Amino acid sequence: MSLDRRSFLGLGAAAFAGAAITPGLRLIELVQARSPEEAASTLKRWGLLIDTTRCSDCEVCVTACHTENGVTGHGRPATDAQWIRKVTLSDKRTGHAQALPLMCQHCEHPPCVDVCPTGASFKRADGIVLVDKHTCIGCRYCVMACPYGARSFIHETVTGQKPDVPRGKGTVESCTLCVHRIDRDGQPACVDACSKDGGKAMVFGDLNDGAGELRQRLRREPSIQLRADLALNTGVRYQGL
Amino acid sequence: MKFKRDMRSGASGATVFLLILAGLAAVAASPHARGAPPVIKIEKPGQCVEPTALMRRDHMKLILHQRDQTMVRGIRTTKHSLKNCIDCHASPKTNSVLGKEGFCESCHTYAAVQMDCFECHSPSPRAPPSATKPLAVRTGAAAAGPVAAARVEGAAR
Repeated sequence: MSLDRRSFLGLGAAAFAGAAITPGLRLIELVQARSPEEAASTLKRWGLLIDTTRCSDCEVCVTACHTENGVTGHGRPATDAQWIRKVTLSDKRTGHAQALPLMCQHCEHPPCVDVCPTGASFKRADGIVLVDKHTCIGCRYCVMACPYGARSFIHETVTGQKPDVPRGKGTVESCTLCVHRIDRDGQPACVDACSKDGGKAMVFGDLNDGAGELRQRLRREPSIQLRADLALNTGVRYQGL
Repeated sequence: MKFKRDMRSGASGATVFLLILAGLAAVAASPHARGAPPVIKIEKPGQCVEPTALMRRDHMKLILHQRDQTMVRGIRTTKHSLKNCIDCHASPKTNSVLGKEGFCESCHTYAAVQMDCFECHSPSPRAPPSATKPLAVRTGAAAAGPVAAARVEGAAR
């Protein structure tokens, strides 16, 4: 059997189209686990989905966070550091109350970074908003700028820090999304604790990874950003509010 | 001029010279003259991450560079990290690089160079690696899905 030019080209085109739409074939390969030598990449954007309907009365996320990061207080709630806290929203007319964990929302356009006079407040390539405590002068502009009240100031000398989580007097701090665990391919302590001892209300993942559980959930189910009107494009999303 | 005259008269010149020598020896022997010399106790003998001469002169530059690499870019190589220094150099007695005989503090006190690292950083070594190992494995619902599987494989490599 001999092919004329026209049918040869037709077959070639069909084969190419078939290969191009083959499920599982990706033109841009998924990002694999990062080695310690590799810098954080903009290909990833870490995020969280919190299902408030599954968020029960417990505080395991708060305890786990503060244990993991060595956040200790002095029994003075007004000034003690809070990296994550449980907030209760109640409708005064119906009396319906909901609890949700609130922490740094890891915005794409973080106001805390905009206002920082020294550049200490910064966003890492993979979307995690952090404080460089080496350059933080403790002015607390970011504390005022954050619409979520996520930042805390350390008023007193700290001892007994965790080796992975340096903390010191005179600087501002907030949720780091457990960046030291993420860099070792782990997930935040709050998510671990919630899926183990809590209501399994939290999902951690890469907002850029279309095949990941986080994006699948966000595609299937409705979710909101807190204060979406500010157009900060938060990395933390909520469901059931 | 008076000193020169003394030197010319043989016997008294020698006496002055001996007195100066004795004075120098006394100053060198006195514990209060320059403060206590640093205690450089190498807990784990062997080669440091760089040659000793380089570490003595430039350890602060290495740590400073690594600090920005880790914090801003998320590069967590251990070779030049502060945590690696502490893991190796902490005294097993006090579990710290600080204290009178601590590796960092004794030398910095002697050289009168203030070190701010430990106002925020822990001066104690990390827990042994076995305690931090389970982090690499995801648990619960998040473990499902191809990406998580790839990540766990990657961690095993």
